[in-house]
Amino acid sequence: MNKQRIIQIAVILFFISLLLAPAALKQLESWRAEEIPDNSDEIVERYGFYLDEVSEEIGVTFKHVRPELDSKIEHINDQIASLGASVSVADVDNNGYPDFYLTNSEYGTANALYINQGDGTFVDQAAEMGVADVNREGTGVSMGSVWGDINNDGFEDLVVYKWGRQELFLNDSAGQFTRITETAGLPDWMNANTAVWLDYDNDGNLDLFLGGYYHEDIDFWNLTTTRIMPDSYEYATNGGRNYLLKNNGDNTFTDVTEETGLLEIRMWTLASSSADLNGSGYSDLVLANDYGVDELYINQNGERFINAGESAGIGFIPKSGMSVSLGDVMNQGQLSIYITNISEAGVLMQGNNLWVPSRRSSGDELEFQNLAGNLGVEIGQWGYSGKLLDLNNDGNLDIYVANGFVSDEPNTDYWYDYTKVVGGNRNVIIDANNWPAMNGRTFSGYQSNKIWMNDGAGRFREVSSAVGGALDLDSRSIAAADLDQNGSLDLIVANQNGPVKVYQNRVSDANNWISFKLEGTASNRSAIGATVRLIWDDMQNIKEVSGGDAFSSQSQRAVHFGLEEKQSIDRVEIRWPSGAVQTIENPEINTKHRITEPQGA
Amino acid sequence: MSKAAVTGFLNNGITVPKQYFAPLLITGILLAAHISFGILDSYQKLLTAIIFATATELVLHRAVTGKFRNLSSAYVSGISAGILVRSPLFWPFALCAAISIASKYVLRYKGRHLFNPTNFGVVAIIFIASDSAAVLSIQWGNNMWAMFVIWAVGLISLWKINRLNITMTYILSFVIFAWVRSFYTGDPFLAEVAPLTGPMYQLFALFMMTDPKTTVKSRMGQNAVAFSIALLEMFLRLNEAVYAPFYALFIVGPIALIIEDQIHQRKLNGQSKSELAQSRV
Repeated sequence: MNKQRIIQIAVILFFISLLLAPAALKQLESWRAEEIPDNSDEIVERYGFYLDEVSEEIGVTFKHVRPELDSKIEHINDQIASLGASVSVADVDNNGYPDFYLTNSEYGTANALYINQGDGTFVDQAAEMGVADVNREGTGVSMGSVWGDINNDGFEDLVVYKWGRQELFLNDSAGQFTRITETAGLPDWMNANTAVWLDYDNDGNLDLFLGGYYHEDIDFWNLTTTRIMPDSYEYATNGGRNYLLKNNGDNTFTDVTEETGLLEIRMWTLASSSADLNGSGYSDLVLANDYGVDELYINQNGERFINAGESAGIGFIPKSGMSVSLGDVMNQGQLSIYITNISEAGVLMQGNNLWVPSRRSSGDELEFQNLAGNLGVEIGQWGYSGKLLDLNNDGNLDIYVANGFVSDEPNTDYWYDYTKVVGGNRNVIIDANNWPAMNGRTFSGYQSNKIWMNDGAGRFREVSSAVGGALDLDSRSIAAADLDQNGSLDLIVANQNGPVKVYQNRVSDANNWISFKLEGTASNRSAIGATVRLIWDDMQNIKEVSGGDAFSSQSQRAVHFGLEEKQSIDRVEIRWPSGAVQTIENPEINTKHRITEPQGA
Repeated sequence: MSKAAVTGFLNNGITVPKQYFAPLLITGILLAAHISFGILDSYQKLLTAIIFATATELVLHRAVTGKFRNLSSAYVSGISAGILVRSPLFWPFALCAAISIASKYVLRYKGRHLFNPTNFGVVAIIFIASDSAAVLSIQWGNNMWAMFVIWAVGLISLWKINRLNITMTYILSFVIFAWVRSFYTGDPFLAEVAPLTGPMYQLFALFMMTDPKTTVKSRMGQNAVAFSIALLEMFLRLNEAVYAPFYALFIVGPIALIIEDQIHQRKLNGQSKSELAQSRV
């Protein structure tokens, strides 16, 4: 064989090896995959936790119903009416057990408030307490809710955000809620899909951020135009208006959106979360936007917000942001940001973002780098919600991702029609009349939720098929709460046009934990915005009391830390929104601590 | 302005060696599009594609011919892969670029490569790595003026290199077939014609299907090929293939080149026979 022939064969082999490379990589991964144990005890031993689905067993039978909208958009009703299933957690009756509120989205359907009976069961008392009937014709339908003590009376009040009129209920402490929608000063009509409580000016009163998705001029039951869709798939400029509402301290709110610099652009905001990201003592805002880039608003001494998305690195590549979750993923005392997007094999590979503070990041200039790919938490699917939480109490934040858009007729697919339209010019994409009819077709449906377990050594691995929780409904919203008060975070997953699922989390006894329920005095009583820093050896972990996060959800108010097998921690530092700093030395582990802000600190 | 005037202006104003025309054009369009609405996921991914394309070309050409070659064609393939491949990962960019170039050295027919390299690379990635990568289809801005500028620059460039008829035949055929599809499926005509206004088609119709190395020579043949691509694309679209134009070019392109060669051979054979007959006489 001559030299030329050998070279030819080598080139052909090189070419074939290139074509076979992805399949070889996949095969390698499947060889590495572990065999899943048969029983849940072995699973707990290996992974540290197991999720038992207990919804009906504990009395939770709620089923979400999607809305039927104007007949002008009937042909794509299923994709537009694909939002509204949500869950938010609060200890409504202050008995120490978390309760939760679920929203419904068809006219005439009731929302549910499941009150924790303390014996492992729940009873829906929304109707008796006056918070069930909010989906009345002409007022719009529920999209989500968040709890916060707006009048600092020690009882959690409720905002229900809607496509329609926003609703505000005061918790009167006697098992009843008083509706104060008309007098509160909330927007008359907007198509809101996210809300978060924050005390942006640290005046001790909780303020409210509301994020608009569709334009506020749109009334989905009385459409005057079909030009309601985004004007671009990646750079849409016709989304709904956002609102920042300042709490006046008398159960009314004032719109301060413009004067605080939050009215600059009209993105399609789907999720929001707030925390003090730069250590300034003031709460910042992170917004996940569909059809565009995500935004990071840095609070300037409680007076204005500056959009630092681009300079911090997170606001450059447009994707389909749907959820924001904050957490100290690297155990470095700084919060990272997890934002979910869309990854659909062969059609659209956006990947989720895990924005981790870079080494150069400082309080003066935040800088994040996307480590989702490096850590293995990038390729989800249609990820509506992604929640950072420690599921196995090993001290490392894991990730639960709720996947799935519209599950309809199996083995059908709307993606082709979708790509036809959204790749076109703005005048085509903006008009719902130009969108092909769905005709009952599935659109990224029947997708399984993912659970990425953090090994603490820089890698996450997907374990949902082993540990339970591999739900294939169109999941939207996830809330974490220690429902049975046994020291582990249980999960509530709200599903679009489907039943809610509650998962009891069985955690390995080998791992310890500690939690802190805070109550503000000079600060807002819900203590939203307070930072808890856990310090042990040379390590630290930070968590912030949240006023709502991920997609349309709010988890328990108490901050929960897994401790692995540590028998003690050095100290805990609590920084209250008022600026007071409190230190607790050597707190007892496996205990839920109730901490009140020191008076006059 | 007449074609001669435009050509004269281009030739007299700035003298661009022929082999650098395509690299400069695609770089200009990429920069304009990226600066106006940020079409690239990242410069690093684009750079990865360019590096792998040029490195593959360098190594394979040297190995096969024993010589080094000008890398402008590999640069164009790399930049095309960088624009067309969409993935949060880096390796699909590298793989697409390397496959594109390697296909030129392996899939050959009578001394010429059959497939448009980037078209082959993109189709290969769709088939072998669809769970890690996608191809530009719905991602990019929808700015009307940017779209006009890209079409205008692209069409003038095609006019200059005598390939305008290919794109025009394809566009006309696509619009007619969009109407046929609309009639057949019941979907709005605008929905059917919408892809043509998007970025994937700008790159496809202006640059990929007009590649001089992989198009037939006769004008009639070029028009017939463009029409055939649009026709096959219609059937692929009726079967809901998202990347129908890439598949259509992948199938029709090589067949057209082989047919052209066969016709050419037949003509040569005919000529030889008649020369032989004449010599016998």
